[in-house]
Amino acid sequence: MPKIWSYNFGLPLAEPEIVEKETDILIVGGGMAACGAAVEAIRWAKPFGIRILLCDKAAMERSGAVAMGLSAINTYIGENKPDDYVRMVRCDLMGIVREDLSFDVGRHVDDTVHCFEEWGLPIWKQDPNTGKTLDGAEAKARGLTLKGGAKPVRSGRWQIMINGESYKVVVAEAAKNAIASYDKAEYIERCFIVRPLLDANEKNRCAGAVGFSVRENKIFIIKANATLVSTGGAVNVFRPRSIDEGKGRTWYPVWNPGSGYAMCAMSGAKLVLMENRFVPARFKDGYGPVGAWFLLFKARATNAFDEDYVAKHKEELKKFAPYSEASVVGTCLRNHAMLIEMKEGRGPIFMHTEWALQEAEKKMDKKEFKHLIAEAWEDFLDMCVTQAGLWACLNIEPEKKASEIMPTEPYFLGSHAGCAGAWCCGPDEDWVPEEYKKPWREIGLYNRMTTVKGLFCAGDTVGACGHKFSSGSHVEGRIAAKSIVKFVLDHKDYKPTIKETPEELKKEIYGPWYRFEQFKNATTVYEVNPNYLIPRHIQARLMKLMDEYVAGTSTYYMTNKVMLEKGLELLRMLKEDMELAAARDLHELMRAWENRHRVWTAEAHLLHVLFRDETRYPGYYYRADFMNIDDANWRCFTLSRWDPETKQWTLETYPYVQIIPDPLGP
Amino acid sequence: MPSYVNPEKCDGCKGGDRTVCMYICPNNLMTLDPEAMKAYNQEPEQCWECYSCVKSCPQGAISVRHYADFAPLNGTCQPMRGTTDIMWTLKFRNGVVIRFKFPIRTTPEGSADPTVGGKEPDPAKINTYQLFTEAVDGVEPKKPEAVLNKVFPCTNKTMTI
Repeated sequence: MPKIWSYNFGLPLAEPEIVEKETDILIVGGGMAACGAAVEAIRWAKPFGIRILLCDKAAMERSGAVAMGLSAINTYIGENKPDDYVRMVRCDLMGIVREDLSFDVGRHVDDTVHCFEEWGLPIWKQDPNTGKTLDGAEAKARGLTLKGGAKPVRSGRWQIMINGESYKVVVAEAAKNAIASYDKAEYIERCFIVRPLLDANEKNRCAGAVGFSVRENKIFIIKANATLVSTGGAVNVFRPRSIDEGKGRTWYPVWNPGSGYAMCAMSGAKLVLMENRFVPARFKDGYGPVGAWFLLFKARATNAFDEDYVAKHKEELKKFAPYSEASVVGTCLRNHAMLIEMKEGRGPIFMHTEWALQEAEKKMDKKEFKHLIAEAWEDFLDMCVTQAGLWACLNIEPEKKASEIMPTEPYFLGSHAGCAGAWCCGPDEDWVPEEYKKPWREIGLYNRMTTVKGLFCAGDTVGACGHKFSSGSHVEGRIAAKSIVKFVLDHKDYKPTIKETPEELKKEIYGPWYRFEQFKNATTVYEVNPNYLIPRHIQARLMKLMDEYVAGTSTYYMTNKVMLEKGLELLRMLKEDMELAAARDLHELMRAWENRHRVWTAEAHLLHVLFRDETRYPGYYYRADFMNIDDANWRCFTLSRWDPETKQWTLETYPYVQIIPDPLGP
Repeated sequence: MPSYVNPEKCDGCKGGDRTVCMYICPNNLMTLDPEAMKAYNQEPEQCWECYSCVKSCPQGAISVRHYADFAPLNGTCQPMRGTTDIMWTLKFRNGVVIRFKFPIRTTPEGSADPTVGGKEPDPAKINTYQLFTEAVDGVEPKKPEAVLNKVFPCTNKTMTI
């Protein structure tokens, strides 16, 4: 065995083949939003002969945030009104959301859930005779369907329970079957799209995207009339609480590096509310879900001394009225109360699973109780197996023992309980205010189009439109897809022209490999070389600086102007060093590009936090120099744009328009 | 805990057209060593423990040893995934064993019909806000019950950096 230059090489890198493709609609991603887009686009594209190409970094059956499965669908309107759904979203996201976008999701989302059920997703129902719970298979056997009027099992006002181990398998199958049924549609798996391509002749016009195969030495240059960025959120931008093997156990999927935010920024599209982040309070370390425990099993969380920390800090939370006064206290404010307890030394915070289950046992016979325990375990096994494994490792039986919960490292997402993302057009209808139309008057009012012509978003990449979750992302993919077909029909004569030559793109995409080949023998170990950094180094530096300067866990999510400016200085140097990344195999080339996306996402976040002179999301992050919510000045959007020509960022405020009348929350 | 491969069971899927774990892993971790004809996890610290490889391995060769950062040894979760159900066996560190079975889908594999019933929407409805299923069923998208459209005043700040 060689002692020097040793490395366990994965799939080897070599001079790549250049594959040039042309399509009408390019769908980037393969998760819920992308699958929704494929299913919808094909129905409308077929009569017009419009071509569709979908590129997924992984395999569609198990890609995206729903890869492992889910135990609930968090957005199902059912007996509620879309108007109240909008109220819930705006209240939880502290009063600033694009209500046109959220309403649009709310009015269509049930249709998509009905599709899931038709395709084979088991959805729990209430037995119409006894009112008791039937699992999705029993319900189906009895012919009970949501579309047919059967009642789902609500864990909360908006959530319904499912047997969702194969949720993504079923949804991807429908998308793949749609693609297979149309000769002008195609998908490529293991194709990682890394940046958009801008048109050489028309300013502010997306002309497609470029990426590479993570399995073969091929780069893909794809010309497209319209491009949909339906990728995931951003994970491992901040130093996680577990820093060895455990850094894989992120709350949101570890394979989401913020590609969509980065690609929108690189193309000059405006981003919105990138200061928003999500810090979920989850079961400690395993990051198992708490929703069903709070909502379905009615468990209570306390500090070390059995005190209800939200009730205890009711007075403190009043500082954040009206957001603290709604029927459900905002998620970030509940974190705020928890953090006070932790900082003042009254942790750990416990989820009292044992109290909840012992209480339930009193009202049940043995068989029913056994079923309830199975439901509790299924909640983890469907969507976070690690948490079940961790309980097994720690000998925790939830009916006997409480478990710790804790706020995680920060995440970025536009589909779950966060609202970072691109500034997108909504539906062009009479009830939508002019403020939400004006930015698109020049390039065209196409639903879910960014401020770059021909570049669209859906799911995690759409900003100011949170609380969509899995079903909302799928339906937003559908909404965007229909709009894109219309866009393509309206721009039939467009011929994409790419600025860069294929050879230039090849040099750029494979840059990290060329660099490695050039310098690999300059030292006796690959990992320490003054000419380059390997992806792992870049990620570690990013996570450390974001944690320490930009309100990570180590400062209890606290930062200020001076810290941010210092962090920006370091981040900008990292952005330069990122150009010196080296990759030894195809897997590292993927990591090198993922880290670029992380660094871009981090930069946008830092600038937005610096720009907003208030603490809009207490419990997610704090500006120590502006500790209050300042509704008089800052109940508004923050927009940022990186100019591809000047390479500078410009940030601006933009008015928020309340469409749905008060009350604030539902 | 990251996934690991039992070398006695793994045959590299040499009888199949692809290495299943490598095909399915969402994070590109599972890799075939073509000489040993066995798979391995090439980056365990980036494993989400999503169990996609464990569930799909035709030899049952893959398990998970939970994250060393925080999980004491000897607790395990092992699934057996069929076409309609999944069976889980959980073994606690103290030896307690529990088993669960849950449904995973209600239709035959491969049968998901993307048209949801076979009817195509009228192409002229491309100009409406109806999704294709809504166009087929004649469902009109809702509008808000009441519209306030109140513009909130805010600070007028810009920053170029």
